[in-house]
Amino acid sequence: MAKQVQQRANLLQGTLDMLILRTLVYGPAHGHHIGKHIQRTTNDFLQMQHGSLYPALHRLEERGWVVSKWETAPDRNREFKYYRLTEKGRKQLVVEESEWKQMAEAVARVMWPATEEN
Amino acid sequence: MRWWRITKRNADLERELQSDLALEEEEQRERGLSSEDARYAALRAFGNPTLIREQTHATWSWSWLESLASDLKYGYRGMCRNAGSTVFAILIVGLGIGGASTVFSVVNALLLRPLAFRDPGQLVWISNAENYSTQAEHYSDLRDQNQSFSDLAGWAQFYNSGDQELTGTGEPQRLTSVAVTGNLFALLGVEPAIGRLFTKEECQGKYSAPPAALLSDSFWRRRFASDPNVVGQKLTLNNQPVTVAGVLPPSFDFTSVFIPGTPIDIFVPWPLTDQTKPAGNTMAIVGRLKPGATVESAQAELTVLAKHLESEHPERNPVTPTLVPLEEHVSGQVRPALVVLMWAVGVVMLIVCANLSHLQMARMGTRQKEMAIRAALGAGRFRLLRQVLTESVILSCCGAALGLLLAVAGTRGLAHLHAFNLPLLESVRVDGSTLAFTLLAAVASGVLFGLAPALQVPAYKLREGLQDSGRESSGSGRHGWFRDGLVVSQFALACMLLLGAALLMQSFVRVLDVNLGFQPVHAAALRIDPGVRISSLAQQDSFIDDVLHRARSIPGVTAAGISDVLPLDGDRGWQVSAKGQVYDKNHHPEAFIRVVSDGYFEALGIALQSGRAFTESDRASSEPVVMVNETMARTLWPGQDAVGQMVTQDGGRRVVGVVADVHHGGPESLGGSEMYLPMRQTGDYAAMKLVVRTALPPDSLAAGIRTVLRPLDPNLPVTEFETLQGLVDKVVSPRRFLVILLSGFAGFALLLASLGIYALISYSVNQRTKEIGIRMALGASSSLVRRGVLTRTLLLALAGVALGTVGSFAFSKWIESLLFGTTPTNPAVFSGVSLLLCVVALVAAYVPARRASRIEPLQALRTE
Repeated sequence: MAKQVQQRANLLQGTLDMLILRTLVYGPAHGHHIGKHIQRTTNDFLQMQHGSLYPALHRLEERGWVVSKWETAPDRNREFKYYRLTEKGRKQLVVEESEWKQMAEAVARVMWPATEEN
Repeated sequence: MRWWRITKRNADLERELQSDLALEEEEQRERGLSSEDARYAALRAFGNPTLIREQTHATWSWSWLESLASDLKYGYRGMCRNAGSTVFAILIVGLGIGGASTVFSVVNALLLRPLAFRDPGQLVWISNAENYSTQAEHYSDLRDQNQSFSDLAGWAQFYNSGDQELTGTGEPQRLTSVAVTGNLFALLGVEPAIGRLFTKEECQGKYSAPPAALLSDSFWRRRFASDPNVVGQKLTLNNQPVTVAGVLPPSFDFTSVFIPGTPIDIFVPWPLTDQTKPAGNTMAIVGRLKPGATVESAQAELTVLAKHLESEHPERNPVTPTLVPLEEHVSGQVRPALVVLMWAVGVVMLIVCANLSHLQMARMGTRQKEMAIRAALGAGRFRLLRQVLTESVILSCCGAALGLLLAVAGTRGLAHLHAFNLPLLESVRVDGSTLAFTLLAAVASGVLFGLAPALQVPAYKLREGLQDSGRESSGSGRHGWFRDGLVVSQFALACMLLLGAALLMQSFVRVLDVNLGFQPVHAAALRIDPGVRISSLAQQDSFIDDVLHRARSIPGVTAAGISDVLPLDGDRGWQVSAKGQVYDKNHHPEAFIRVVSDGYFEALGIALQSGRAFTESDRASSEPVVMVNETMARTLWPGQDAVGQMVTQDGGRRVVGVVADVHHGGPESLGGSEMYLPMRQTGDYAAMKLVVRTALPPDSLAAGIRTVLRPLDPNLPVTEFETLQGLVDKVVSPRRFLVILLSGFAGFALLLASLGIYALISYSVNQRTKEIGIRMALGASSSLVRRGVLTRTLLLALAGVALGTVGSFAFSKWIESLLFGTTPTNPAVFSGVSLLLCVVALVAAYVPARRASRIEPLQALRTE
């Protein structure tokens, strides 16, 4: 079990930023929302570790890829810290996406060469 | 980044985490969990909030500042908790850094800092062959004909302390003046603080009666109380009127650069055209290179030029210009000593670090629990490591603050040691570069001694750390070799320092033991020149007779004589030849010339080897005579009796006596040939110094001399009495300086090493309380236990001594040039130092060893 979690965390290391940016394409969201979204979309395969989510959000904000604002949630009567994608963040998402694609294709070519040829 | 912004951002993060956590909780509740279960589930899903907070902080760009602040806070708390060991650590770092910074200030002033002249790198010292001076005629030609230098300047090397007698207003006073070529100040780039430099006319007057003078800053302050109106006034020097042209700036320290230990009061122009100027090799030359010229190219040019001059002027003395950059000439002699001192402070700092490293390790050992808890709360390995390092750097910086105070005091003390014959010593001070050095030393040593304990941190396993009572249970096994290594290296380093100090101390004792050829104890000298009032040999002789009779009549004075030069003080030399002998021009015998009266040899305690000494009846009317030293007798008349032989001096003088050699250049150099002329038979001398042998203290002697000589010369300034012992002290002062500093460092190192072994043995006895208890319960006697502890100590000390000895052999070549009368591998010194170290180790370990032997087995087993 512990080993599995470890593998997931490793997988997430480089890609968490990308996943967050991609999630924010649908519109502004708060931290909890983002985490839940990723978890749900991957059918709970990617368990969101808050320990890495919040540092990642703050890191993205430092770099100017997202901006944050305290806003009242539509369904709850309270303020949450909403993150919003910036123009810079959109460009960054494109870059990371294409890098990830290249990476995935390269890995695939090594792993399943026969499938590739057919 | 401002503090309030950090606080604001912190609150923001806190609110974000709280609101998201609340949301999670609500969602869990909506799934039907009870409110308590929902809260726990939310917390589980969320993870460790403290860790999230820490990790998020780390993404903020100023997080390092924040964590530094908290490190400092923890560090401060830690220091307060262990006040005793904190004070101890600060104290030894302070002493170490204080010494290091003081030595650095000296090195900085003497070796690193450029001389206080304009473009000092362009200045070149031009001596004649092996550091002789040059004839003024050669100087003029070299100056006019060379292409490498923008200018050459010179000053008279054969000035005498107290050459000028200042009379008129105020107490009569003897001044030391030096004649300089008019362009010297311009060449060095020195502007007068007040007034002007010499005019062209002033540089063309009479050598014996300079028309103008420049005052040194210190003399101006002392004598004229910094009165600017003195410029333009006339002073009476040697009964001649001299105009004060100006006052030189305080930054111009001619003395400490060129002739350490002999303060110059005034500068007078050297008229090169005057035929009464001193003949012979009397000028020291400094040149300023043209832009683009190098010392090598200038050397090549002047060598060729000098050959040409020698063939063109066969009547002049030979000249072999030897060029050295001025800065090298000034600091060259002290360089080896300073290098040794630098190494010594480096070694001391290493010992300090080894000592503190052990101390910090012990402190870390007691804080194992704290570290384990902090690791459990999510502190990363790097974070803890940095925390520990921050603590040690705080310690070393506090120590550095203390060290800086010591360095300020130390440099102040050094700068006022006028008795020391070292160049530039007066300019030693704590300046910007010393501050930078101190900071660097503090941080470097903090990191160095903090590193071992810091690296130890991750070794703490969580469970172990929390379970254990706080004592490092497996410590002696894991870090034992490291602790032992620290102590062994301290002993090795201390051993090297002690060996160096002992060798230099032995050299110093040997130097003091050298038979100088005269007895400096109970001899004192005073300048008594009657100056210009004597116009004939007869008048001079009656003055000499009078002075000697009166001086010898003072109760307590056992002998009195007069000389022109004191031993260790002057080196006027002439070519000498035995009558009827022809010598090779390039290997002509030379001798130092002393003009002395009867009673001189008795007063100085120079032994007469054969023949007779001068008497009152050796006068102009009697046969011209001369006395020689043993070396000269051997050189001119090898295998023969010198007494009765003739020298060619003054048309032929008969040798009447041979005296012992005097080490005129200092205890470490041999004297060479010396020839003594009777004062009553010549007028060719520049000073009259009364030398008396007496057991009287200098003060009452001065009073006595003043009383008896007043009737002869009411203006006689008798304040400047110098003892011959003082002259000797001055000559050996650089060596004394080195020995004092190095012994201080070695003593400190020994103290630290003994503290180090005391700490280690105490620690290991504490660690082994249980083991020792068991052994004693099984029948080991207390003396056996004690012997065990002491044997271990001795082994460690011996390992250190062995390493240190090997290290010293490696460095021995390098201290060799500083030794006198001993060798770098002197077995007596080596065994003495080894023995000392072992004894110190055993003494230091005795207290913990006794404690070990008194362990009550029952109690020891119960406490664990």
